[in-house]
Amino acid sequence: MEFLLSILVGLLFAAGVYLLLHRDFVKLVIGIVIIGNATALFIFVAGRIVRQNAPFIQENGLPPENFADPVPQALILTALVIGFGIQAFALIVFKKVYDIPKVDKIDDLKK
Amino acid sequence: MGYEKIIILLTLIIPMLTAIISLFFKKNRIVNNYISIIGSSLLLITTTAFLFPLIVENEILTTQVGGWKAPFGITIVADMFSAIMLVIASFVGLMVNIYALENIDYKKKEFSFFVFFQFLMMAVNGAFLAGDIFNLYVWFEVMLISSFVLLVLGNGTKQLIATVKYTLLSFIASAFLLVGVGMIYGISGSLNMADVALYFREHPNEPLMTVAAVLFMLPFAIKAALFPLYFWLPDSYHTPKISVTAIFSGLLTKVGVYALIRCFTLIFIHDVHYTHTILMVAAGFTMLSGVFGALSKVNMRRILSFHIVSQVGYMVLGLALFTPLAIAGAIFYIIQHILAKTNLFLITGVVEKIKGTSNLKGVSGLYHRFPVFSIIFLVVALSLAGLPPLSGFWAKFILIKAGFEQQEYLMIFVVLITGLLTLFSMMKIWVNAFWGKQQEEPDRNLITNEKSLFKEHWSLLIPIILMASFTLFIGLFSMPLMKYATIAAEQLMNPLQYIEAVLGTAN
Repeated sequence: MEFLLSILVGLLFAAGVYLLLHRDFVKLVIGIVIIGNATALFIFVAGRIVRQNAPFIQENGLPPENFADPVPQALILTALVIGFGIQAFALIVFKKVYDIPKVDKIDDLKK
Repeated sequence: MGYEKIIILLTLIIPMLTAIISLFFKKNRIVNNYISIIGSSLLLITTTAFLFPLIVENEILTTQVGGWKAPFGITIVADMFSAIMLVIASFVGLMVNIYALENIDYKKKEFSFFVFFQFLMMAVNGAFLAGDIFNLYVWFEVMLISSFVLLVLGNGTKQLIATVKYTLLSFIASAFLLVGVGMIYGISGSLNMADVALYFREHPNEPLMTVAAVLFMLPFAIKAALFPLYFWLPDSYHTPKISVTAIFSGLLTKVGVYALIRCFTLIFIHDVHYTHTILMVAAGFTMLSGVFGALSKVNMRRILSFHIVSQVGYMVLGLALFTPLAIAGAIFYIIQHILAKTNLFLITGVVEKIKGTSNLKGVSGLYHRFPVFSIIFLVVALSLAGLPPLSGFWAKFILIKAGFEQQEYLMIFVVLITGLLTLFSMMKIWVNAFWGKQQEEPDRNLITNEKSLFKEHWSLLIPIILMASFTLFIGLFSMPLMKYATIAAEQLMNPLQYIEAVLGTAN
């Protein structure tokens, strides 16, 4: 599972970077979104994937053996929220820039 | 006991409360001004009068937010380096805030300029105090989002275009930082800087640690505008209002440098030869390319933006030499650079106010009508270039001395060449804008002589004069600052002290 997810993370990063290198605003935004998701998934995999138990303390007051680590999930949640904010902002700014006359592609921004 | 911990948190709480309160009053012009000034002044009082003496007395103070014990909760740490940075940041914050009263027009204030300004101050302070790598990431994001808004506020075409570049680069930087954080968590199972540093000491796993180090170096280098990654800075810093540029130039890149110094003295010290050599090469190229970029420009804002890049090189050089003296020099450099560079941008703002442009082709002969103002510029500019006995000279002197001790003669050569070229381009501004033939003033211009400048635009002049006198002060009496910078550097070079302060024992 971890192997598959690692490959997926790599693919997502590749796709994201590929889109970022494009000259088109829409692809740029999609690239940002994909890279954001790739980083989230990276943290998830880096925090080890465990399927046995939820991280709750049992009735005897001890943690269960082999529980899923909650910290990476908390990190991902925070990172996704922040990423969402930036994506929303980027979308609006790119839309505004796209509305400038004679700007259709990134290359038009050179002055 | 509890009192000290609240003092540390106050540096975050005051700007946050100020921002929230001014959000409610953003349509009320006068109240809005007062709230922001009071907030910034309170912050300055807290850092200088309460926090700094505490740190001088106790060396390293920590607070566990929410009472969770050290490696598990979020730790806020203030050591001497953080304290110095907090003091200077809050001072510059207040100065730019006073300047912004007149410089930022009402329309922008109504669209919550001060709200984001205060959030920016909070995030900068937070980054200086973070004792946890994920926390550091979050403060970076808060800082970035506030700076995006400040950059684009006003919606000018150039600003929008600059924001696109800035947003994109910042986003890539934070994505890499997040990957680095995930990697560190994957290796060590902890996010607390002290705990991570301790884990790396006890379980050295060099290949992975080096990858993590590079993943941290990249985003901080983008934020600090190091050599191959600085192009966003001169492309975006000349577009917004000058107050915004000034606060960005003073604080944002320095947060990147701060994070570099913090991480590469505490966590990633397993293979100094490798990581710090990369930093040194980057620093050398940064100095040279920044100063060459500045030579080719004719707009004051652009020249100064390129100089930010070249000066960041000096600071990172201090880190790369990696001796207590060199790091003390880097800290000294950061302080004097923040004061001088922010001030130069503020002065550029006044030149724009007088002449309507900061392009050197359109400005000439200011000295004839504004002698005092011109002399202030000269003092600050020469200080940046590093002429004795001004503050930049001592900063460069310390770095060069440290370079000789480490026998990095090539780097010393680069430092000296860059200093010379900096002097050259400062003189270019001086000769073109201040000396030279006096120009005919256009009719719309109301500021025709120094008297009216000082009388009617005092809120622009007060910050400039105050900061210039501080620059002069740390030039003429550099020992006190050097003493604290040395203490800070010794703390940084002795990570066990930091680890012990955070975790209680150093095992």
